Amino acid sequence: MTDPRGPGAGASGGPDPAASWRPAASAQTLRERAALLANVRAFFAERGVLEVETPIASRSAATDPAIESLVTHWSGPGGQQPLYLQTSPEFRMKRLLAAGLGPVYQICKVFRDGERGRLHHPEFTLLEWYRPGWSYDRLMEEVAELVRRALDQPGLAIEHLTYRELFLDRLGVDPWSADPRSLRDKALVLGISGAESLTLDRDGWLDLLLTHALEPGLGRGRLTFLRDYPPSQAALARVREGEVPVAERFEFYLEAVELANGFQELTDATAQRARFEADLRARRGLGLPTPPADEALLAALAAGMPEGSGVALGLDRLLMARVGAYHIDAVLAFPIERA
Amino acid sequence: MATYSTNEFKGGLKIMLDGDPYTIVENEFVKPGKGQAFNRVRVRNLKTGRVVEKTFKSGDTVEAADVHDTEMQYLYNDGEYWHFMDPQSFEQMTADATAMGEAAKWIKEEDVCKVTLWNGQPLSIEAPNFVVLEITETDPGLKGDTSGGGGKPATLETGAVVRVPLFVQTGELIKVDTRTGEYVSRAKE
Repeated sequence: MTDPRGPGAGASGGPDPAASWRPAASAQTLRERAALLANVRAFFAERGVLEVETPIASRSAATDPAIESLVTHWSGPGGQQPLYLQTSPEFRMKRLLAAGLGPVYQICKVFRDGERGRLHHPEFTLLEWYRPGWSYDRLMEEVAELVRRALDQPGLAIEHLTYRELFLDRLGVDPWSADPRSLRDKALVLGISGAESLTLDRDGWLDLLLTHALEPGLGRGRLTFLRDYPPSQAALARVREGEVPVAERFEFYLEAVELANGFQELTDATAQRARFEADLRARRGLGLPTPPADEALLAALAAGMPEGSGVALGLDRLLMARVGAYHIDAVLAFPIERA
Repeated sequence: MATYSTNEFKGGLKIMLDGDPYTIVENEFVKPGKGQAFNRVRVRNLKTGRVVEKTFKSGDTVEAADVHDTEMQYLYNDGEYWHFMDPQSFEQMTADATAMGEAAKWIKEEDVCKVTLWNGQPLSIEAPNFVVLEITETDPGLKGDTSGGGGKPATLETGAVVRVPLFVQTGELIKVDTRTGEYVSRAKE
């Protein structure tokens, strides 16, 4: 964890905590940011994908127990009510798909409470797009095209790995059948310090192994798509039944950094409602807030959303890759400490 | 009992782990695309100085260590313990050799030191960055050599041994940087 920014860079990971009025990113990087945004917009304009805007503040929120919304308040007719800052534009964009808008993309700010570090900032820029009628395989090809173009590296190699292969090949454990105890043992054998005192469920242990032992080797000198997750980690992906059922979900890595998450989208309103309810039960169990789930999304799915795939890509991290930044602050005009 | 959430982790925060006080050296937030987040921290044991790595589940809480720094005046050594006094309250405290560490080599009566207290007891002592000490013994060295190159060992009044330039003699006062243990210059009283 040596910090190549050199001494005095600040133990919290941020720049000098004596907040300065100056931007954290260099003028050159801010010009690169503008060029990246223009490049992305040109990419989608060439492909006939419509740019859209949806609300940043909403009356419903993400239910995922691992994602916490920032909350604000709106005073309007009927009194004051909470508004949740979006953690992703996904639900509102899916309503546009159900309304028949065809392929759409959005570049927007999203917010996550409690997330701060070298690769995390509570407010960040997401590029999210949807391709009705496309398989997630075809969408992965488009992700690769976009990233190669954004990095000016047309020949950058592409690698596909399934989640199961990755765990079997590198760790010798089958993430579908291994029990929490054997995953914990693996973490101890790998020398993950502190693992002995962690209380985690099965998916938590898989996340520990993935982040500590596997991610550091992903996407080295290539674009790596990690795909086909355990059904328990489907999030909003469709589950493909079979001998080994898999969630049709992918994550995209470059130089050990996760840049994008995509799905073969779940379009079944009943299944979506069941996932919301399972999320909220898990939240209650963990003593976390239980914000209102998006009933309008469920209504849109019930009305009929076309089958298709969608992906969210972190533009700040893509910019980091382009300019060779180690810390996200190097690509932000004003990180939270000086916001 | 005060606690910190992992969300509050940052460099310099003092926490309790396995009964010992630690300071956070570096905090790394790691999270897969979806799923459980972790705080991977490097912490220094304030008793032993050893730095270790430890992973926490994000959102977990850790007991805060009641550790803070204060300035105290060194009074005397009774053969086993070093005695200090708070210059405001005149309250006295004793530190053992473990807490003294390197500081024992450098300090003289009346020096003001940074004392790190844990639950009100001295945990570690830091000597002033610069101290002026008398040389009690060193070889005469070569006359006329003022270059400072080469150097020779010199024993100081506290018993510490430092390398000094050849022209510096027994009985002289020198200024030493206690952080590096290096001679800085000759000093006047």
